[in-house]
Amino acid sequence: MSDAVITVSLLLVAGCATAAVVQRDPARQALVLSVLGAVLAVLFTVLQAPDAGLSQLAVGSALTPLLIMLCVRKVRRRGRTKDGAR
Amino acid sequence: MNTAMHVLPYLVAVYVFLTGCYGLATSRNLIHAVGCLAVCQSATYVLLLAVGYRDGATAPVFSDIEPGSRPVVDPVVQALTLTDIVVGATVTALLLALVLQIAKRHGTVDPDELRELRG
Amino acid sequence: MNRLRLWLLAVGGAGLAALLVAACLDLPAFGGRWHPYGDRAVQASLDRHIANTIASVNFDQRAYDTLGEISILFAAVLGCVVLLREARDEHRAPPEPAEVARPVRRYALLVLPVALVTGLYVIAHGQLSPGGGFQGGVVAATALHLLYLGADYGALERVRPLGVYEASDSLAVCAYLVLGLAGVLAGTAFLANTLLPYGTFNTLSSGGTVPLLNAAVGMEVASAVVVLLAHFLDQAVEIEEEHGS
Repeated sequence: MSDAVITVSLLLVAGCATAAVVQRDPARQALVLSVLGAVLAVLFTVLQAPDAGLSQLAVGSALTPLLIMLCVRKVRRRGRTKDGAR
Repeated sequence: MNTAMHVLPYLVAVYVFLTGCYGLATSRNLIHAVGCLAVCQSATYVLLLAVGYRDGATAPVFSDIEPGSRPVVDPVVQALTLTDIVVGATVTALLLALVLQIAKRHGTVDPDELRELRG
Repeated sequence: MNRLRLWLLAVGGAGLAALLVAACLDLPAFGGRWHPYGDRAVQASLDRHIANTIASVNFDQRAYDTLGEISILFAAVLGCVVLLREARDEHRAPPEPAEVARPVRRYALLVLPVALVTGLYVIAHGQLSPGGGFQGGVVAATALHLLYLGADYGALERVRPLGVYEASDSLAVCAYLVLGLAGVLAGTAFLANTLLPYGTFNTLSSGGTVPLLNAAVGMEVASAVVVLLAHFLDQAVEIEEEHGS
């Protein structure tokens, strides 16, 4: 029973990781990364690591995607004002 | 079924790591590359926790179970994973800050265009 | 050129994959019963009356390692602050307050105190239940930024005097060091957990110096994340380049 749950969450992690790499647009990649963070948190909980799961949920599905989104916004805004000034 | 289960988690960790490396090497956008590095990092978490897992065991927290009544999984690798996750996030932030500086100084976040600028 | 690079990547990747798979096949089987380090760590943790073995590993058995981790964290935040400071050819343009949808505003302001208290609870119960300074710090710091969703950037800036958080970040690292040095002054080793009585198992004050080190790390992580997010938000929302530069 627990083997089946572990296998399913491992395969979900592998699938999400592939999606995060294949998605070339950084803003959308941030969304996929936050899903990957949540799936990893589930895997860690299944592997009896609630501490690591909690940490991954806070960092992987909230903090890292937020930082990437802010970075994308800054870079795009720069591009816009440059074009406007030209 | 059992022999496959004995190596499957390690193989998933290897797969996730190699996928992240592929994304890093072929990325056309430095922000995307930082995201791929985060994928590589998550492979290390999967590997560490897989090494510490024990069949039929519970989490090594004794606030609601009697010590010694049940087997517990390995706490050492969990502690390593835990600090790794938080420190990894701040290193990601540092890399993103570097990317923003590059965008400011060179006006592009494409590694290939950056190489042409320098050469 | 590009094709050559892809070939090189494919060859290198295949070699690395083969080596890693070979290594995996030689690892002890997943789910095995043989965990010598884990069993000893659990025993040491119970000897020191700490219910959450992971907190014991982080803040007692490997406390010196955690000092290294928080130094990395501190250095990374310092690097971000230096890289993302307002340059000479930039200026601040405070954004106009945007219209926030009412349900978003209501739920963000409703969830904010709950999330903040959850973060502080997770920090405080680090040595008892799953959680601790590292996780709770991130939760508490990101909870504060719900204010940006619920109100606007100006409101967030008013409740977040950045200087205070920068100072508390460095104070927390110093507190960790001082707690370590206190061990030396008391006649034992650096960061050795022999300073305080171990207390009653499964209570908030158990575990000697572990709750104190845990609190210091919680304070450091929380202020570090606030400072990081503040600088990224500043870059994304406020700071603009001078035109024609």
